[in-house]
Amino acid sequence: MDINNLTIRSIHEGLKSKEFSCKELVGGYLQRIDNLNPELNVCVTVTADNALAEAEKIDAKIAAGSELGLLEGVPLGVKDMFATKGVKTTACSKILGEFKPPYESTATQMLKDEGMIVLAKANTDEFACGASTEHSAFGVTKNPWNHDYVAGGSSGGPAAGVGSRMFPVSIGTDTGGSIRQPASFCNVVGLKVTYGRVSRSGVISMASSWDTIGPFSSTVEDSALMLQAMAGHDEKDATTPKIEVPDYTKNLGKDVKGMKIGIPKEYFGEGVEPEVKEIVMAAIKEYEKMGAELKEISLPYTEYGVATYYIIMPAELSTNLARFDGLRFGRKPNIEGDTYIDYYLNARDEGFGDEIKRRIMIGTYVLSAGYYDAYYKRAQKVRTLIRKDFDEAFAEVDALMAPVSPFTPFKIGAKADDPLAMYLADALVIPASCAGVPGISIPCGFTKDKLPVGLQIIAPMFEEGKLFQLGAAYEQGTEWHKMLPAGL
Amino acid sequence: MAISSDDVKKIAHLARLGLKEEEINKFQKQLSSIFGYIDKLSEIDITGVEATSQVTGLTNVSVPDMVHSVSTPPEDLLDCSPLPVVARQIKVKKVI
Repeated sequence: MDINNLTIRSIHEGLKSKEFSCKELVGGYLQRIDNLNPELNVCVTVTADNALAEAEKIDAKIAAGSELGLLEGVPLGVKDMFATKGVKTTACSKILGEFKPPYESTATQMLKDEGMIVLAKANTDEFACGASTEHSAFGVTKNPWNHDYVAGGSSGGPAAGVGSRMFPVSIGTDTGGSIRQPASFCNVVGLKVTYGRVSRSGVISMASSWDTIGPFSSTVEDSALMLQAMAGHDEKDATTPKIEVPDYTKNLGKDVKGMKIGIPKEYFGEGVEPEVKEIVMAAIKEYEKMGAELKEISLPYTEYGVATYYIIMPAELSTNLARFDGLRFGRKPNIEGDTYIDYYLNARDEGFGDEIKRRIMIGTYVLSAGYYDAYYKRAQKVRTLIRKDFDEAFAEVDALMAPVSPFTPFKIGAKADDPLAMYLADALVIPASCAGVPGISIPCGFTKDKLPVGLQIIAPMFEEGKLFQLGAAYEQGTEWHKMLPAGL
Repeated sequence: MAISSDDVKKIAHLARLGLKEEEINKFQKQLSSIFGYIDKLSEIDITGVEATSQVTGLTNVSVPDMVHSVSTPPEDLLDCSPLPVVARQIKVKKVI
């Protein structure tokens, strides 16, 4: 049983053919977590006993000769932003204390219904706010490829977890790049879905008009299989349209001949490191060899994405985080104070980290009387202009290709003192979030320092199929996704 | 857009963040720098542009106002509170 190279299908085959039992499988991954987690800090909570108990049930099913579902017995990592019933859920913040949700998120319930086994809650920047997981209240997650470097963020845990094979697949959230960017830093596949494609019920809200749920995996096929299991309308989430979920597996192995790929020139500008441009362009050129047509296009409002995001997102965040007051759930402040205002002031001062405080303040400010029009309203209009960029681009091409990150993974601490520098890390992933369109990051090479680089593919709304088609075509002809960090 | 220390104190209080005196300065500098950047949007001509509130295009999503079943019992929810629960109510600090 080679846990470095297991995928959903090979796990399924392995269990069916009795090559290994589910208990051995889960045990193997738990051992990997035991070995690597003290160094990498991927897992915040490991649900070992639960997982082994579930594995035993699956083994009993196999012994009884029952039919096994494709995802049954497959281990899963879950970003600590998803409510998992009875299992500590923290958003990697102090403010939630020892909170154990009395209910389950729709996404994790759907995956559990398919028989997936949750191994761990994974590390994230506090309330998913960050691009390096350095803002987690539980410490940074290290990049499996070089422990001096960040794993990216905010879903650093889920990304590095798959990158170091602590679990074969995981789920995270992408609001302004938080799946795509860490995926590119950790040499794994990370999918940001169309806004509304996957239910957010039971997921701790960050910015409600931007938040999405998506999978991390080592292959494009696994990404498609994960989405298949989670996508669809949910009555509990009013932002999930009643749009049919296609059979995503039909897109794998499809020819890309004749597809038109747009290369947005603004994504290859001055702020992007030359090494990144080189590696990503080489990957894009492979598509030409496969018969696709490359076309340079322009998304003129790209440069305003970060500013737009950092007005609207904090505004929504400040509203969503207003519920954390140490009253109905979470942690009591050490200093309770005399009045209810003192209680709130202390609960939130003690419970929230600096980045959260910054973002709440930005949000409060831009929503306040006298500033609402100049900031919030204006930003909403610029968001429309950014959406139009994508609408116009997709009238000419099938998909867009670009780098995910303007720079290669950076050293832990390198951007810690400069909040703005950290925000610019997401300059190339934020615009797609503005528009709500889906995007995927797939492994496409390494720098001379042996750090991973990801290729971003962006498609029109609800056309994740194109992402799988294009991603799988590239993956078929390359070995990047099979490469593993040293020591595994 | 310059953010003053007074601005920081006001905003923090509005947002119920009990910042310590020694933190105000640090946040004042960081927020000023951030606002200096986001002011970039003022250079764009937004005449006639509609605001985007959400990207789904959905409107008036509703469900029938019928009780099906209790998905999470109130007792389980009250259990989450770190404060004393008396007669199914969370006991809080004096409000009035």
